[in-house]
Amino acid sequence: MSEYLLDVQDLKIYFKAKGGHVHAVDGVNFTIKPGEKIAIVGESGCGKSVTALSIMRLIQQPPGEYAGGNIYFEENDLLTFSEREMQKIRGGKIGMIFQDPLNCLNPTMTIGKQIMEGLQIHLKVSKDDAHQRAISLLEQVGIPAPAERFNAYPHQFSGGMRQRVMIAVALACNPKLLIADEPTTALDVTVQAQILELINGVCHEFGTALILITHDLGVVAGMADRVIVMYAGEVMEEASTDEIFSNPRHPYTIGLLASVSRLDEVRQGELRTIEGAPPDLLQPPTGCPFMARCYFARNICRQKPPLDPIAGNAAHRKACWVDTTDPKERAYADRRLQARQAAQKAALSEVANILQGE
Amino acid sequence: MVDSVETAVASNTLLDVRDLKMHFPLTSGIIIQRNVGYVRAVDGISFSIERGKTLGLVGESGSGKTTIGRTIVRLYKPTTGQILFENRDLAQLGGESLRQIRKDIQMIFQDPFASLNPRYTIGSLISEPMHIYKIGSAKVIRERTEELLNVVGLRPEYIDRYPHEFSGGQRQRIVVARAISINPQFIIADEPVSALDVSVRAQVLNLMQRLQRQLNLTYLFVSHDLSVIRHVADRIAVMYLGKIVELADRDELYVAPKHPYTKALLSAVPIPDPKVEKKRQRIILSGDLPSPINIPSGCRFHTRCPMAQTICREEEPAFEAKTGHDHFAACHFSEQVSLS
Repeated sequence: MSEYLLDVQDLKIYFKAKGGHVHAVDGVNFTIKPGEKIAIVGESGCGKSVTALSIMRLIQQPPGEYAGGNIYFEENDLLTFSEREMQKIRGGKIGMIFQDPLNCLNPTMTIGKQIMEGLQIHLKVSKDDAHQRAISLLEQVGIPAPAERFNAYPHQFSGGMRQRVMIAVALACNPKLLIADEPTTALDVTVQAQILELINGVCHEFGTALILITHDLGVVAGMADRVIVMYAGEVMEEASTDEIFSNPRHPYTIGLLASVSRLDEVRQGELRTIEGAPPDLLQPPTGCPFMARCYFARNICRQKPPLDPIAGNAAHRKACWVDTTDPKERAYADRRLQARQAAQKAALSEVANILQGE
Repeated sequence: MVDSVETAVASNTLLDVRDLKMHFPLTSGIIIQRNVGYVRAVDGISFSIERGKTLGLVGESGSGKTTIGRTIVRLYKPTTGQILFENRDLAQLGGESLRQIRKDIQMIFQDPFASLNPRYTIGSLISEPMHIYKIGSAKVIRERTEELLNVVGLRPEYIDRYPHEFSGGQRQRIVVARAISINPQFIIADEPVSALDVSVRAQVLNLMQRLQRQLNLTYLFVSHDLSVIRHVADRIAVMYLGKIVELADRDELYVAPKHPYTKALLSAVPIPDPKVEKKRQRIILSGDLPSPINIPSGCRFHTRCPMAQTICREEEPAFEAKTGHDHFAACHFSEQVSLS
């Protein structure tokens, strides 16, 4: 018996496009234990949502294509399942919450019916039992007067309330795994705090494992046990949440953490930036995908680095050749950063002279 | 016809907004339109911005922050109130005089996919304001456009490319280049980095700050993101349902908020540090923002306020100076907020 609830091995998902294949996910490995909460972070286009959708087998084919790898859920490979078998998994053993609750709820059905639907199909309960359970679920997710709201339609709810309904739908059948794809991105901060607390609470109560997909490092810090950092369809670094934030080793993770403006920090000059833009995944670089934007880059980076554990901590893995803690490497990176900044400042003062010299 | 209005404020003030109201009428009926009420998007606000400084405007969606920005550039005609820009009242201007003053006020919008016309090359997009205000010959304008591209970190060779060939962050930098092309004094940035990824967000924020220093620009920076506002703003106004509930210097607002809404807002923002996150006490506000059509009586925040008393339901608190440096708030119990 494997100790993992979900074991994703060397997953590759390509999309057919004009002039080739977009390598949206290119060899991703990760595992999740029962009840564990992991976060997948990365920028738009790094493949984090595609990874989540592929676990649910919701990638449209074509243009999508499972180009390799396995997804073991409770020791069965989801990629070998028939569509009928998958339907039992979706909403039954794995629940999913999406970013935009308005697009994901059926506007012509009452919210109560939408919650009951999953219960009746997956758990084969009677209509009355499903009704009772739906009302108690609505109560659990914090919807006031659940018995009356049972008959309301999605448009009668605000964004935060709709997201609560989505959570009730996802949790209806007591899934083993909850996938939350940017659950709070469309919400205001005060409502975001409500929803995150709710997700945290229900995962704890039901012992549900969580895959949280987000670009917000602040949300990650408060929610996840473990973090997976993705870039250009690949995993760059993986470690426990405390370790990622206190001891990041991959240049991309270091850059990402340094470029975030923090609420609890007094402004000290400029933010660190990651210059440039992510690579074109139609022709992914053969070496390290981050090389073009990396201040630590060396010749060896033209070869793809493996995702290996760092010295002294087997649970902390990174895909990088360079030891970023080495003072010599750091000095080299700093020199390249400063040269870049000096060039930008020179260009700026030139324009200032032209604009103001009227 | 615009008279110079007498002001008591320091001559260093670039923009002075006084009791600005922007109410949108709500109509019903298909043929005969009856007025059935007003959306009070901006409901009596006053603030001023000093030259070369940044005022951050924060609030949740629906609080009216975008409407303020749009009213200042006179995309809307305000219901009442004054918008004094260099002592001229923009609310009263129209026609050619408004067109001339808009040369000094530029705007950056949130969505760089919507604010760049896909049928124009980026060169013609950036140079359009320069053509409108006739700053020089076509050759001069083209040279200047190339310089501008260089400064926002794009290669001058890209001048004849179209917007779809650029990423979100690059597009937003094109928008910034267009905004500064005619050397404005004042830029209204409406959520300029909300649509961008974190690593790209830092590029655009740094660019805006460098430009501010070099060109002595004044910014009104509208955002819902308190951590971004903390980084860019000198002074911060917090909006709730069409009113400013608190206005203070940046660090003072974060360290000693005087309004319970500000305090709740600050506590709701996640901090990217698990050690800090574990120790934090969250104030979770219940419910959602009330509708700006039916604004609650008394203090408009009382329906969600954890400190609300009877007086809050009945009497609207005045927006007045509190202890601290130029610190204004509208709360009956402001002195208790920072203590608890």
